This record gives sequence, structure tokens and C-alpha cells, in this order.
Amino acid sequence: MPAMIEIANAEKSFTMHLQGGVKLPVVRGVNFAVNAGECVVLSGPSGAGKSSILKMIFGNYRCDGGRIGIRHDGALLDLAKAEPRDVLRVRRDTIGYVSQFLRAVPRVPTLDVVAEPLIVTGTPRERAREQAGKLLRVLNIPERLWTLPPSTFSGGEQQRVNIARGFISDHPILLLDEPTASLDAGNREVVVGLIDGKKRAGVAMVAIVHDDEVRRLIADSVVDVTSFAAAA
Amino acid sequence: MAEAQDAGDQPLLVAENLSKNYGRLAACRDISFTLYPAEVLAIVGESGSGKTTLLQMLSAQLAPTSGRVSYRMRDGVLRDLNSLGEAERRFLFRTDWGYVHQDPAQGLRMAVSAGANVGERLMAVGWNHYGRIRDAASSWLERVEIDTGRIDDAPRTYSGGMRQRLQIARNLVTEPRLVFMDEPTGGLDVSVQARLLDLMRNLVSELGLAAIVVTHDLAVARLLSHRVMVMKGGQVIETGLTDQVLDDPHEPYTQLLVSSILPP
Repeated sequence: MPAMIEIANAEKSFTMHLQGGVKLPVVRGVNFAVNAGECVVLSGPSGAGKSSILKMIFGNYRCDGGRIGIRHDGALLDLAKAEPRDVLRVRRDTIGYVSQFLRAVPRVPTLDVVAEPLIVTGTPRERAREQAGKLLRVLNIPERLWTLPPSTFSGGEQQRVNIARGFISDHPILLLDEPTASLDAGNREVVVGLIDGKKRAGVAMVAIVHDDEVRRLIADSVVDVTSFAAAA
Repeated sequence: MAEAQDAGDQPLLVAENLSKNYGRLAACRDISFTLYPAEVLAIVGESGSGKTTLLQMLSAQLAPTSGRVSYRMRDGVLRDLNSLGEAERRFLFRTDWGYVHQDPAQGLRMAVSAGANVGERLMAVGWNHYGRIRDAASSWLERVEIDTGRIDDAPRTYSGGMRQRLQIARNLVTEPRLVFMDEPTGGLDVSVQARLLDLMRNLVSELGLAAIVVTHDLAVARLLSHRVMVMKGGQVIETGLTDQVLDDPHEPYTQLLVSSILPP
């Protein structure tokens, strides 16, 4: 089976022009692949570049070199060199991303925040809402909150809304940045169950998790990001 | 869906090496880009960077000193805006394009009723049945969240936010394929801005509109646009996906813009 993600020699640095052009190397020589149904966990201390690598895979950070191969529409596309509109298509159809923090539009009710990824790919609004409701229920977000925008929710509730939004689509690739960071034990278990479901559906995942127990439960392999440290 | 995809593979508007000089002053220098159907492009940069000059050239209100703008007409043919006849230009302005001004008073007729403001664009394209025009106007007022009980009131009796929403209804009633917006949320207070942005975002995605939005507000660019072009001194200095440019800015000026936002 061909890999869903194939990263070869990817590198990234930041040049801080406002700080006198200081160059901050982040990662270099990033090489790993992820197969369908596999969850790769990135490990390493804070600042090692784990989130940066996820953002490079999502096309949010631009690479300075190397290749971010993404299986999209039956072919391997190099996201590091793709046109903006191709990156948008990949995000619509292929890669889902659960960030650490919810970036919600003011005024939009929780149910619609969660349903939106389905609506933009053509699912009728009512069906998308139904599915959003199901997922919110699984994640223990009380129904009375669904009509409210999530901006006033607690950290844990916002994170679960974010997870629901990330898991609602059938994207074949899912990137998870600390999906369980501010959750209690019960909800952590729910998320582990959801990740397991995605694996069985053949979804390729790359995750950052600090919780050892969660990592043990979801990781099929671990990639040590410190080995990509870019010496200054 | 497949059909929409095919149509989406052909550019809607192409700008090639656009420049505009005012005497010795170069307001815009050598700007090229391609806009596809249903794509929202934000042009950001400080006052005097050439954003509005560019928007006026793109919308055929200002002739470039050199370079050209081409637009795919509804028959599928890409045409140089300069080569269009008067009837074709009128068709673009009245039907296929919208233009949302920062100041609604410039885009609306302040003394005639809201219903007439919306209906006027329909009459210009040949609608002549009063009842149908009124129904269409009223359904558009609803879509932009204006109480239809206010349909006979003139926009000068409206608040700033309502005026801006009315201007949007007036522009969208003819189902344009491309909308130009010049600082659409400028001059509105923050809560009104959020409502307007949410509304515009939904309309743009529901109608599959292409849009070119000039703004100095990076939050507006982030919320509305797919792609962004950063302008400085009449030139495009950085371009890319909106979240790439805002989260990973490369150019010194873009880094300055992004770092200048005060967190709420």
C-alpha cells in the first residue's frame, strides 16, 4: 500500500527581519512516511519543532527545502511546491487538522462550526448538522450549548468542539496537535476511541501528544523530532 | 460539482504587468496575478501602498499606464478589458460585477427607498414586473438581515452597518460572478464589523463568488480571503495562501504588519 504522507529532506527556518535578520533554524532533514491506518506520534521537548512539522504538512508553514508528499486524488502531490489553490483542495478533501486552539468566527453557533467542513464539501446542511450533533454528544458537549458560539466556552469544551470539527470529515489524513491537552480522563478516553475509529477507517494520522498514557494507546510508531534538530 | 470544477480551472480575471504612473509617481508597479472563480483575494498594505489604485484598474475604472487586465465573459472568452465595447462594459458594471465601496453613500442612492436601491440593478438588466422586483428586493433584504418592514425607508435613515448590508444586497441581487470590495468594514464599529464579516463570508461561499477585497485590516483578510497579496510602495512584495502569509510571513514589511496587531 502506498504511503499517504512521504516527507523527504524537508527543512524550515525563520528569518526574523524585525530582530536584525536573525535566522532561527527549526528543523532540517525531516524524513518519515505515514501509511493508511497508521498513527505516527512526534516526540521531543517543547521547541523541538513538532508543531512546525505539522504546519509544514498542512501547508501552513512554507518549507525552505525538501518535499512534503501528500497522496491526494490518487497521486502524490508535493505540497511544498503546490499552488495555493491546490493546497486549498488538499485541505478540503484530503487533510484535516485539529489545532490546539479553536479559531472560531464570532457569532457562528457551535453546531455550525462543527458542521462546516461537511457543508463545504457538499453535504446538505441538515445532514451535516445531524452528524455534528452526534459527534458533540459523543464528546459530552451538552445540547443546550450547541446554538451558542463556542467563544465563551471553557478551554476543555472549546477543545472538544475543535476535535468534533476536525473529526467530522472523512479526510484520509488527519493531523492532531495536542488533541487531549486540556481534557479530563473521561473525555481523553473518548478521544482515544475516536482516533481508534479513524485508524480502522484507514486514516493516516500524525499526532503530537504529551500524555504518556494517550501516546501508548494511539502510537503505531514514534518519530523523535530532536533528530531533525537544525544546528544554528 | 464536476462541472463547477471544470469551470474553476479557467481563470476568471488575469492581470498582467499592471502599472500606473501619476507623473513621476509610480502608484502601481508591474503587478501580475490570476484570479479563479469562487476565489477570494485580499490586497493588504498601508495607506498609500497602491491598493485602491490597483482595485480601480482591475475594475476598469482607471486605465493602466501599461499592462492589461483580462476577464472571462459569460460566453467563456477571456477578453482584454480595454477592448470591450460600451455595451459589454455596461453589462459588467450592471450585472456581472459588484463593487462595494467603503462609504455606502457612494454605492447607494441615499434618498430613494431600500427596495428601489436593490430593485434598480434588476431593472437595469431588463426586469420590469413591479411585484417580482419587490419580491426579489425583499428576499435580499432578509438575506442581509435587514427587517423587511424597512423596505420603503431610504438608506439615509439606516445605521452604518445596515447601509453597508444594503449596499451588499444591491450588488449581489444580479448574481455577479466577481465582487470588488474597498475596505468593506472600514468605519464600522467592531461588533457591527463581526456581523458583516460573517454575513459576507457566508454569502461568498454560498454563491460561489469570486472577490477582490482591499483592506488594511489583517483580521478581515484572514476571515474572508483564500489568498493574500501584500503591497508596499506600489509593488506586490509577498503573496500566498492567507494563512501562510499571516502565520509565516517572509518579507520584512509583512512581518512588521503581522507583528503590529494588538492582541485583543
